[in-house]
Amino acid sequence: MMGTWLGEMATAVFSPGMFSFSFMQNAWLSGTIIAIVCGTAGFFAMLRGSAFAAHALPKIGFAGAAGAVWLNANPLLGLSLFSIGGALGIGWLGKGARRDVVIGLVLAFGLGTGALFLSFNNEYAAGAISLLFGQIVGVSQSEVVDTALLALLSMAMLAFLYRPLLFATISPESAEARGVSLRMLDILFLVIIGVATAITVPIVGALLSFSLLVGPAAAASHLTHRPGRAIAVSVILSVLSLWVGIALAYDTGWPVGFFVASVVVLVYAMARTGATLADRRQRAKSVVATD
Amino acid sequence: MTGIWNAIFAAGFFANPEVQNALWLGGVIAVVSGCIGVFTVLRGQSFAGHAMSDMGAAGAAGALLAGGTAVAGFLSFSVVAGVSVDLLGVRPRDRDVATGLVLTAVLGLGSLFLFFDTRTVGAPEIILFGSLFTSDPGLTPWLSALGAAVLLALAILFRPLVFISLSPDTALARGVPVRAVGFAFMLLLALAVGESSLVVGSLLSTSLLIGPASAALRVTARLRHAIPLAAGLGLLGTWLGILLAYDSFYWPPYGRGWPVSFFITGIVLAIHLLSRLCPPADRHGSTRAERTAKRGV
Repeated sequence: MMGTWLGEMATAVFSPGMFSFSFMQNAWLSGTIIAIVCGTAGFFAMLRGSAFAAHALPKIGFAGAAGAVWLNANPLLGLSLFSIGGALGIGWLGKGARRDVVIGLVLAFGLGTGALFLSFNNEYAAGAISLLFGQIVGVSQSEVVDTALLALLSMAMLAFLYRPLLFATISPESAEARGVSLRMLDILFLVIIGVATAITVPIVGALLSFSLLVGPAAAASHLTHRPGRAIAVSVILSVLSLWVGIALAYDTGWPVGFFVASVVVLVYAMARTGATLADRRQRAKSVVATD
Repeated sequence: MTGIWNAIFAAGFFANPEVQNALWLGGVIAVVSGCIGVFTVLRGQSFAGHAMSDMGAAGAAGALLAGGTAVAGFLSFSVVAGVSVDLLGVRPRDRDVATGLVLTAVLGLGSLFLFFDTRTVGAPEIILFGSLFTSDPGLTPWLSALGAAVLLALAILFRPLVFISLSPDTALARGVPVRAVGFAFMLLLALAVGESSLVVGSLLSTSLLIGPASAALRVTARLRHAIPLAAGLGLLGTWLGILLAYDSFYWPPYGRGWPVSFFITGIVLAIHLLSRLCPPADRHGSTRAERTAKRGV
């Protein structure tokens, strides 16, 4: 009795074909790769207060995809060009002005350009719109290879910049005194976010791909204060969120971004509540101890 | 002479009722956004302002799905968003993450609503990109009244708001209710953004909110000059954008017209970049008002 019930549950959650279809295998592989990149880059994004940039770059990338659809080019190419170009633009203009203002204006102009490209398309630009919501069925084998290469590139950049990034984020003045170029570092980090965006958007969608950069890292920051551990926790949470998202999107046919966002917010809420409770218990204990 | 005139103002520009409605509504939005925007930029709330427009769009998508009107969705969701961002992000360093996560939650729902909407109509384009030319003229009096109410409330709130924006610690010490005034401003911001997202689409609302205001704050450090200047620059960008969009009907690809959002966001970005040619009020690139604010923090 219990066994059949469990069996039914299992087939409802893990619907037939979820792991055997080749496009699904591509989605799992690609998804795991991007979740690792987002979890790692997200740690620094949170530390540096880059949530707005992480939110803006996918939408700017979406405009590029719309342009590529209009020119009959590969949408992924337009996406990558615009998200990396947007990162460079924000980094370049960000000097001597308020960062959030520059992000907002570049974002608005990027989307305005996207609206123009969409209006040039004669028919409903389904290829571009699917990038807004994300898709798990459209990942080809060659795209998995591209994703893996771009992921390797961004992870290598992060590994290379790990110490200067931590240093510059925790005490910018002394980092600058030691010869770290804050401006260069800032632009390079934005480019990393741009690359992470370019590989995340096709699966999670332009509307919500930033949630993987923001949520898991924010949750991890409530669970541990050591950088190495925080990155590890952030990566684990990010991968789990994306796996749940892909599975539920496959079951329901609803946009994967919706599920990823919901799981990420849930995980963050649990981590924050858990940390608050643990903190309270700790304080109660120390009060008893001092008595 | 008439040749030039006709080349700039394509035939029927002033007679067209849709254009008249767009000029009036766009003007209202530009002025309200410019005035509210000065404080938004000064208080570093651009991300919050943008997030509200996205969340308003999510609300509109939900309202359309449920068979309601976009107005209710836009205004209610952006106000709820403003309240939650304000409550969750009490400390400034929490604000970035708090805004990001509230946005994640609401936009998650919004993407689901939009996804279901796409099965019936082309909702994503309408809600995200909007168009001044398609706004319902029946709503114009209501939206104008709402804009006037927001400006009136801003005028009443002006003194304490300037005080808490420029030197929050001194304001607190003098007994100004800093949290309450900040919260009241967040509500005004939400109403302004909700209204403008409805009229011009959520992407333009961010542009009009922070572009003219940031340019004005670069040019003058005095808030009493910056506010009318921001409103004026917003008005200029909006009307010029409407004019170009109307003229673009005769540009290739013929007979379709380029979206007004493209022109306005481009002009506003250009205004911002031009303003940066002005020498900053001091060496560090911040205005006197901002320096006072920094000292206050």
